[in-house]
Amino acid sequence: LLDRRLLFFTGKGGVGKSTIAAATALLASRIGKRVLLVEVDAKGDIPAQFERAPVGFAPKEVHPGVLAMAMDTEASLQEYLKLNLRVPVLGRVGPLARALEFVATAAPGVKEILTIGKIAWEVRESIEGRADYDLVIVDAAATGHIVAQLGAADSIRELVDVGPLRNQTQWVSDMLADPQITAVNIVTTPEEMPVAETIDLVRRLRAEVEVPLGSVVVNRVLPELFTRADEQTFEALRAPDGHALLTRRVGAGATAVLDGARLAVSLRRTRAVHLEELLQAVDLPLMYVPYLFVRAHGLRVTRMVADALGEELGL
Amino acid sequence: VTRETTRFAPRRRHDDAPTTLEQLLAAKEVVVFCGSGGVGKTSVAAAAALGASARLGAKVLVLTIDPARRLATALGLEGIGNLAHQVPPEVLKRAGIEARGELWAAMLDTKQSWDDLVLRHAKDEETAYKILDNRLYHNLTARFVQSHDYIAMERLFEIHAGGEYDLIVIDTPPTRNAIDFLEAPARMADFFGGRLLRWLTLPYRVGGKRGTRVLSVASRPFYQMADRVLGSKFLEDIAEFFLNFQSMYGGFVERANAVEKLMHDKRTTFAVVTTLEAAPLHEAERFCGELVARDFHLGALVFNKTLPDSLLDPAGEAAATACIEDAAAIADGLVEVGEEALADPSRTARVLRTIGESYRNFSVVALRETELRAELARVPDVVARIPTFEDDIGDVEGLAAICNYLYPVAN
Repeated sequence: LLDRRLLFFTGKGGVGKSTIAAATALLASRIGKRVLLVEVDAKGDIPAQFERAPVGFAPKEVHPGVLAMAMDTEASLQEYLKLNLRVPVLGRVGPLARALEFVATAAPGVKEILTIGKIAWEVRESIEGRADYDLVIVDAAATGHIVAQLGAADSIRELVDVGPLRNQTQWVSDMLADPQITAVNIVTTPEEMPVAETIDLVRRLRAEVEVPLGSVVVNRVLPELFTRADEQTFEALRAPDGHALLTRRVGAGATAVLDGARLAVSLRRTRAVHLEELLQAVDLPLMYVPYLFVRAHGLRVTRMVADALGEELGL
Repeated sequence: VTRETTRFAPRRRHDDAPTTLEQLLAAKEVVVFCGSGGVGKTSVAAAAALGASARLGAKVLVLTIDPARRLATALGLEGIGNLAHQVPPEVLKRAGIEARGELWAAMLDTKQSWDDLVLRHAKDEETAYKILDNRLYHNLTARFVQSHDYIAMERLFEIHAGGEYDLIVIDTPPTRNAIDFLEAPARMADFFGGRLLRWLTLPYRVGGKRGTRVLSVASRPFYQMADRVLGSKFLEDIAEFFLNFQSMYGGFVERANAVEKLMHDKRTTFAVVTTLEAAPLHEAERFCGELVARDFHLGALVFNKTLPDSLLDPAGEAAATACIEDAAAIADGLVEVGEEALADPSRTARVLRTIGESYRNFSVVALRETELRAELARVPDVVARIPTFEDDIGDVEGLAAICNYLYPVAN
């Protein structure tokens, strides 16, 4: 996975996309790669994974070997105009921004192409040696929006009949379709809605856009507490005689401990059903990240997730 | 699963402020449920509606946006589009709910709602069909996520104006940014009323004939640039679309303003749903702040999928420690029980250590949850807490279970 040049991480909101994207970047940096992390939502979640302040459109180092940038479609448009049409930097940015907002409201694809175009441009720069990244990792739009984003280059060609934009989107489509370069990964948790959206997204991505799919990362997987034999022992502890004796030895708190373990078992079991659905419906490689029972956020968690991903990838 | 529901004392209260969801909803006509995706907002909204119909004896409509398939089936919502229909009383009865009122359910069909809106506001049929056929319109309605925000509000207004229900419970679309939803009506009015629209379509209006490309001397570098980037056909499409759309301006803006007014009306309240995970909680916090800052009524905060308080019991912690540290000795003693599954002390000891460690793991999470909950719970009038259920909620029985926590029986 880390040998590609462009990795997208998408998934339902709240499943931990940013954490997985950041941890993958950290992991890549550990094996000596330089990574550009692109935050599409620009909420500051990516720098937060490294305990750093929000970043802007210009890439900034957030960790040794990891640079981060926040997507900004207006800045992307300016850059595009400057680079491609040799239009000088515009004096009046205000009207441009408002006009962009306006056109984008009615013509979806405009904003998306500025996002995907900027990402593809950075990848091309890195491949051709003009930028010193080995890998671009995108904390991408959520499941509801990612298809439109990945397909933006294609849909703009449907809308725009002539003009430079049409010609300049073909290479973007080609790059996104190249399995040597690109992989779209989906982050999920073993819960009903995230799994349903993942299954649906895999189907839609295959049907509607030409992009190679990478892995499904299953985040927050609860540990299996017992083997089958151990579970019988647990049930015997919960039965009246076992429970009474345990209470005599460890106090009244025995009930809370047994109930807690029971909850852990049933949560794991419900999630296992969803995992099974996922396995049945999706033929992509799965990577598991365990549920982390820690109070911390930030870099420590990012490191722990990177460790887990490293194990899954055999690094 | 704990059977108690915690309510926190709000920081600032009016003397007549409600303390339960039942009291809150009895005084309202519209309740808007918001929160990040994946927090169980749809189930909570449906349960709140179910409870209101049962407790208040009211005719309640739940308008959902994107329910999970099982829930849609449970409510009988499959394939009915924008039409509201009543959840049969026998379905509720089977789930142990004796409804004094009526529970109705409807789903939001964005495309159909937009089409209805255009047909209502366009100045004539020809313009309406011109708009409906424009490819930009298809993009706007079918693919553009943010248009759901506005159309949900619009539908809500329409149903409320119909006066058919005592209470309307609306589930909001999954937005990337919950605040977008609040701004949707104002943005829509702004969109159609702005000078920018006139400015952008200027070259197409000069010469008096729509769609005729007469570039006046007044043409600014912007058009030349846009032309070079986008191609003139595309610009013409955009202009035509906007010009047609603009003819609906009056009706649209009036409507958007009315929707905005309904949101601020004292008959409307907002309920924020969140789990205690970092991302949804962060969003909920921001959203609560925005609601208050913009003078919307934040009526309730619902914590969903919370862990039981027994995980924070000091006696539990002591027992967990004993299970880990004295596992071998306790296991030896448990042989006495005479159960075959307890006959092997090494296996029993392993299980004891496992359950002790699991208790400690989950109590770390439960403690974090309690702190987070306490921080947020000071703002709204009503705070409800729903535990983690062993199974996912996907049927009316599940909704009934949520109801017990939303509407706790007074002691």
